Amino acid sequence: MTSPALLPTRDRPRRTPASRAGEKLHPVNEGRLAFWLIIPSILLLTLVIGYPVVQGIWRSFFADSIDGPLEFVGFGNYAQALWGRYSKEFWAAFNVTWFFTITTVVLETLIGMAMALFMNRAFRGRGLMRASVLVPWAIPTAVAAVMWRWAFDPRGIVNHVLGTTITWTGMEWSSKVAIIVADTWKTAPFVALLILAGLQIIPDEVYEAAAMDGAGPWKRFWHITLPMVRPSLLVAVLFRMLDALRMYDLPAIFTNGANDTTTLSILVVRASLGNLQPGYGGALSTITFAVIFLAAFLFVRLLGANVVPKERS
Amino acid sequence: MTTAPVRDSRPAMTAHRWAGQIQFWVGLVLIAFFCLAPFYWMAVSSLKSPETIFDNRLLPQDPSATNYLAVFGADNDFSLALRNSLIVAGSVTVLSLIVGVIASYALARLKFRLKSVVLGLFLATSMFPGVAILSPMFQLFADWGWINTYQAMIIPDVSFTLPLGVWILTGFFVAMPWELEEAARVDGCTAGEAFRKVLLPLAVPGVFTTAILVFIAAWNEFMIANSMTQTPSAQPVTVAIAKFTGVSQFDQPFGTQMAAGVVVTVPLVIIVLIFQRRIISGLTSGSSR
Repeated sequence: MTSPALLPTRDRPRRTPASRAGEKLHPVNEGRLAFWLIIPSILLLTLVIGYPVVQGIWRSFFADSIDGPLEFVGFGNYAQALWGRYSKEFWAAFNVTWFFTITTVVLETLIGMAMALFMNRAFRGRGLMRASVLVPWAIPTAVAAVMWRWAFDPRGIVNHVLGTTITWTGMEWSSKVAIIVADTWKTAPFVALLILAGLQIIPDEVYEAAAMDGAGPWKRFWHITLPMVRPSLLVAVLFRMLDALRMYDLPAIFTNGANDTTTLSILVVRASLGNLQPGYGGALSTITFAVIFLAAFLFVRLLGANVVPKERS
Repeated sequence: MTTAPVRDSRPAMTAHRWAGQIQFWVGLVLIAFFCLAPFYWMAVSSLKSPETIFDNRLLPQDPSATNYLAVFGADNDFSLALRNSLIVAGSVTVLSLIVGVIASYALARLKFRLKSVVLGLFLATSMFPGVAILSPMFQLFADWGWINTYQAMIIPDVSFTLPLGVWILTGFFVAMPWELEEAARVDGCTAGEAFRKVLLPLAVPGVFTTAILVFIAAWNEFMIANSMTQTPSAQPVTVAIAKFTGVSQFDQPFGTQMAAGVVVTVPLVIIVLIFQRRIISGLTSGSSR
């Protein structure tokens, strides 16, 4: 991706970004044009994401006093979260976040894979099928949460169908089950679509050749489908994992974090906006950020997911 | 809808093939049930009156519009929330596309140093946990008196949807017939002119797809909106729906919530039905290449 073109620097004499008519675009001009086209995005991301992140990290080194000048406490806020006063609630949130992430990603990948395999065929009504698969993805998570809260009401349809009388949002295990069910419903179809896109680039001839050689359906799945769909699968799992690690909407609306469903995101919002502890909240959000960043880094390193689109030119 | 020929079209089907076919259609019905049944239940519940909502019948015995009237009644004032959502999601879509299109053009088409760094930056921000910026942003906006304003939601939303937009648009732009640009340049257009006159019209489908995805993302956003709004005057539908209140704390207005859910979701379902092909191509760009 390295090219001889140069990014313009400030000390270089200015010229209009576009070259004169008829003149072949010079690499230097191309770099200059690229600079001006990309700088609005960079500025926006720097101001809206970069600044608050830096501000949050900076603030996390100061105590949460009501008045007076800010008191520098070093890593005090981090210590409070990791092994100090708040360590119990922090590790509970850390564990439940990973618990949700692992259970939902595994379920969504398995269900998504099954759905994609069924849909990877030419059949009449395929468009309608794909549209119906998109419905859970399109429904706002807030609406899905409200919808499932109704389904999981003690007098709701879930108890009716199962013939049980469980107060789903009243206990730890059942609250978790309800949230996992709602999240799996919402995102398994999305995973299915990502996997389906990967399945569709496997040429039919490969399967036909394998069938001729006497490979059964399972053998074909393990030796052809799975290896060839691996890149799409890894990207889908990576995206889902990063999404699940920052899960907020569902548990916030479902239980508001009660019954051990407080995820790291809920904890951060509660600390910094609810309890007005910007220092401790800043430490929590920095830890959350680090956890997600590390998870992504390890995933890409260990499994070799290629997320950057290849250039065709 | 596709009318592609069914792959198994041999005239004489063996029993084995029939079994396979049945298995296949049962699978499809299960998938459709999985995806649509909860939505169906929401729609059915929204048509039940408060007296019959707990009867758990699969069809409303006596369909009533009570819940829909309550959604737009004085207690909930949902039309205000709908208007807020439209303004926020619409502005986010327009702004995000303007900034995203020009950046994607450079990323897809121009040669420059640090391109992989810029791409990595966009990717990193798209994986970003929103909570990491929420608290400093909230304090900043509070200092400026921006709580309960549209811009307090629009600005964060634009920066959250921008990486997604750039990602999809770059994928589309890379795949476009760029020979036409060279032809236009040979005919005397500048890079800017070639972009405006030749490539932009060709790029409309990709831009439109991105617009749909960005709009849906902004329409569905909850966390930022929930933190930045405190009164119904600026609350979008996602926040309003979660805050619907009943007569008492223990009386969840389920029927009203379901009706509001249907009102919010039906436009999205229509968009999905019309544009499913575009949406899927946008969602899967980048993951399958």
